[in-house]
Amino acid sequence: MIKVDHLAKRYADVYAVNDISFEVHQGEILGLLGPNGAGKTTTMRILTCYMPATSGTATVAGYDVFRESINVRKQIGYLPENVPLYPEMRVREYLNFRAKLKRVPTRERKTKIEECIEKCRIKEVQNQIIGTLSKGYRQRVGLADTLVHDPKILILDEPTIGLDPNQIRQVRQLIKELGEKHTILLSTHILPEVEMLCGRVIIVNKGKIVAMDTPSNLGTQLRGGSNIVLEVRGNGEKIKNVLSVIKGVKKVLWHDNGEISNYTVEAEKGMDIREDVFSNIVKNNGIIREMKQASITLEEIFHQITTQEQEVAT
Amino acid sequence: MTSTGTIFQREINAYFLSPVAYVVISVFMIFSGYFFSVMLGLTQETTLRYSLAYTQFILSILTPVITMRLFAEENKTGTIEPLMTAPITDFEVVFGKFLSAWALYNIMIAPTAFYIIFLAWVGSPDYGAIIASYIGLILMGGLFVAIGILVSAITKNQIVAAVIGIVALLILLVIGLASSGNEGWFYNCLRYIGTYDHWDTFTKGLIDTRDVIYYVSFTALLIFIVVRIVESRRWR
Repeated sequence: MIKVDHLAKRYADVYAVNDISFEVHQGEILGLLGPNGAGKTTTMRILTCYMPATSGTATVAGYDVFRESINVRKQIGYLPENVPLYPEMRVREYLNFRAKLKRVPTRERKTKIEECIEKCRIKEVQNQIIGTLSKGYRQRVGLADTLVHDPKILILDEPTIGLDPNQIRQVRQLIKELGEKHTILLSTHILPEVEMLCGRVIIVNKGKIVAMDTPSNLGTQLRGGSNIVLEVRGNGEKIKNVLSVIKGVKKVLWHDNGEISNYTVEAEKGMDIREDVFSNIVKNNGIIREMKQASITLEEIFHQITTQEQEVAT
Repeated sequence: MTSTGTIFQREINAYFLSPVAYVVISVFMIFSGYFFSVMLGLTQETTLRYSLAYTQFILSILTPVITMRLFAEENKTGTIEPLMTAPITDFEVVFGKFLSAWALYNIMIAPTAFYIIFLAWVGSPDYGAIIASYIGLILMGGLFVAIGILVSAITKNQIVAAVIGIVALLILLVIGLASSGNEGWFYNCLRYIGTYDHWDTFTKGLIDTRDVIYYVSFTALLIFIVVRIVESRRWR
């Protein structure tokens, strides 16, 4: 549905987006993840034809964003960051205006607006002036606007920013429901959101793609295997040496607390060493008080690859 | 072109939902009424010619107030983004906004029709001259609105847009006014660029194609430039 090919955007002498390529398939929810200023909004603005790229091409639903921009714009619903709306208009009036702009035929307009109001649960505020609405409602009015012409593709720029936890939950639920019918590209810097919503994640940093995969794969692929955290009663030094020679162990961190020691055992990629660890400790008269597998959270990966300068192979 | 209509409708509604339209119309009526009564008292002539000469000055100040919000507000609040990502061309947006401001301008000057009724009651005015004056007034309005939109499109700040617009219009008025009575190519040039001389022929009851062309072509040029400015975000 969306195909981005070596896209770059330069402002003066700074690259906001630097040579990125990716694809969004039909029916997919793709998350664009990155710290502020990573180039998420710029990418979306290029895809929505608000500004052109400096180089590279992008096609949306088969149309080129530069040459066939009107056709592209008919196919997409775009929710800009911070949801700019006309404060003096009433909700229904605004949606009617937007529907007209997006060339929804007169006959269908009323039912379409009704549908959007229903879907985004803004029925109770439909006659209110937008300027008086809370942030959560404004967000949903913005979403209703993106849906009003029934686009194939939704592009949502930080759809949950600035909302309270309940509202975030509601908006996420709504996006999830919309994902069943539309192809969605959304940007965020909130990690649990990506884990909850997206089938695939692209992590961008400083205008470049640093990782692209499913949220769960990112965890296992990026930093090898997983860590095992242990608390053992017994001879600390001896057990540490035993652990280090187990096949598949990369590194053992030992923290001596006298009688009880804590270990963090880092395993190699794709290795499950839990059983070996258990039997080796028992053989050496250690008593395992605690053993757990600490899976790397998306948060750690994000932090790691956005603070690290080197490229991370995916 | 239906999108132009949609934009036009929204902008007109926005004018009357905010105090702008009411404030501008009231201020205009107060001043134009004052000049009308004063000039009528001084000249004792049943004509609008003298009072309308002063009206141009008020219009130079009020028209930028009408147009200041058109782009500056959208640039500031960011509503320009959803607007420009809707399937609508830049020209349709600019032209819709232009028409709405021009319409408000015409609504603003409409109450002066009352003065004609008054003149008809106290004497017998020259209707030809009055009709020509109004045609001139409306054409001049198009030019003033176009200048106001141009200024609004280049800034995010409405006050700045209004002030620069007023200054630009006053300069256009003054260069024509100040060079009247002087001869030579330089003064002729200034008079041609300035709005005053073109407007003056209309108040005499003359509809000269040269003046019509001046207003229409100047307006069209400015609208073209505004479209380019709005478009410039694409290549800036």
